Amino acid sequence: MEWVRLTVSAVLLLLGILVFISAAIGVNKFKRALNRIHAAALGDTLGILFMILGLVVWKGINFASFKLLLVVLFFWLASPVAGHMISRLEVMTDEDLGEIEVEHHEDL
Amino acid sequence: MSRLRNDYENSRFHRFEKWVNGEAAPSEPRLETKEPVWRRPPEELSGPKLNEKKINAAVYDERHNKELKYFRVVNRLASVVLCLMLIGVLLWTVVYLPEFGNPENPTNNEVSARYIEKGVEETGATNFVTGMILDYRAFDTFGESCVLFIAATCVQVLMRLDNSDDREKMKKKQAEENDRIYEPKNDLILQKVSCVLVPLLFIFGIYIILNGHLSPGGGFSGGAIIGSGLILYLNAFGFKKTERFFTEKTFRRITLAALTFYCLAKSYSFFTGANHLESGIPLGTPGAILSSGLILPLNICVGLVVACTMYAFYTLFRKGGM
Repeated sequence: MEWVRLTVSAVLLLLGILVFISAAIGVNKFKRALNRIHAAALGDTLGILFMILGLVVWKGINFASFKLLLVVLFFWLASPVAGHMISRLEVMTDEDLGEIEVEHHEDL
Repeated sequence: MSRLRNDYENSRFHRFEKWVNGEAAPSEPRLETKEPVWRRPPEELSGPKLNEKKINAAVYDERHNKELKYFRVVNRLASVVLCLMLIGVLLWTVVYLPEFGNPENPTNNEVSARYIEKGVEETGATNFVTGMILDYRAFDTFGESCVLFIAATCVQVLMRLDNSDDREKMKKKQAEENDRIYEPKNDLILQKVSCVLVPLLFIFGIYIILNGHLSPGGGFSGGAIIGSGLILYLNAFGFKKTERFFTEKTFRRITLAALTFYCLAKSYSFFTGANHLESGIPLGTPGAILSSGLILPLNICVGLVVACTMYAFYTLFRKGGM
């Protein structure tokens, strides 16, 4: 039972690290500000969820894990809105927004 | 053997050097580092660059002014010698410092032992750190709060736009117009989310301040949280809503009252303590909310000052007034 719990939490933590790494790569690889905001928001939402769920599974359900879930709630409320505000400012002030790179997949 | 590179311009080190000199970002071709449009100077203003060397030669005519030449040489030499002497003096002092980790060092004295042994008994606070900074060393914390207040006042002196004369009035009007253009307002998403978050932030900040003597936290951290809640509210709903309850007058009254209360309360307790008098302030049972004498009201004072200062900084930098 103990081993199952440890494995599950390790898998969750690794998933979170994966998401964070992809977010970091995206922030550094994309060229335009809006694309980079999009990449950064990934880590702040899904990455945080995976990491903290991993910690909660590891420690079991107690008061500390409840606080950790509150941290997730706070991040899910605050971070997408922050990204939204920054991107809104970018849209308002950038004159040549027309050249955003969008990949079109015809066969989807 | 090191080999010489022909294409030094393209090498990584050259880019790093350029970045150190502030000429370009290290990953310039990939990242978008563009100046905002409204700040770009008009192109016709950047005329032919003046030759700096020529100007210097004309101003400091070294060929005809031998004194100036000698003075510049002596100046450079003296600065180098002065730096070397300073380094020497500091290193000489380091030699006389006691050995690191030695139990006989002067830092390991009876003060910290007393904090740990008698802290709870004497201050009534279960959190040692709060007991230390707001009871034993309350004078120091008073100085810190005053520094915050003075910093806010200085920023006000530098940044505030007043209605006193016409030029300032124009500037203030302009700042308010800029504010309307560049700051996003009436954003529905932000407003809905801040409806949820702002009360939670206020309650969390108040909790941290009120529990400063029982658990980690205190006036500074709780005040910072309340200040950030105020700033979030301002961003979501604009100045019109915040001005209904927080203007410059409120800021002045709250900070002045908090600092004065802190000063008077602590002066009283220091005066009675230094003269071995009974102060008459009950310590209560350690662990209860209403305990530890003056620490709780002092925490509240510090929290108020910090919250007001954070909010004042934000508004002053944003449009030059509250």
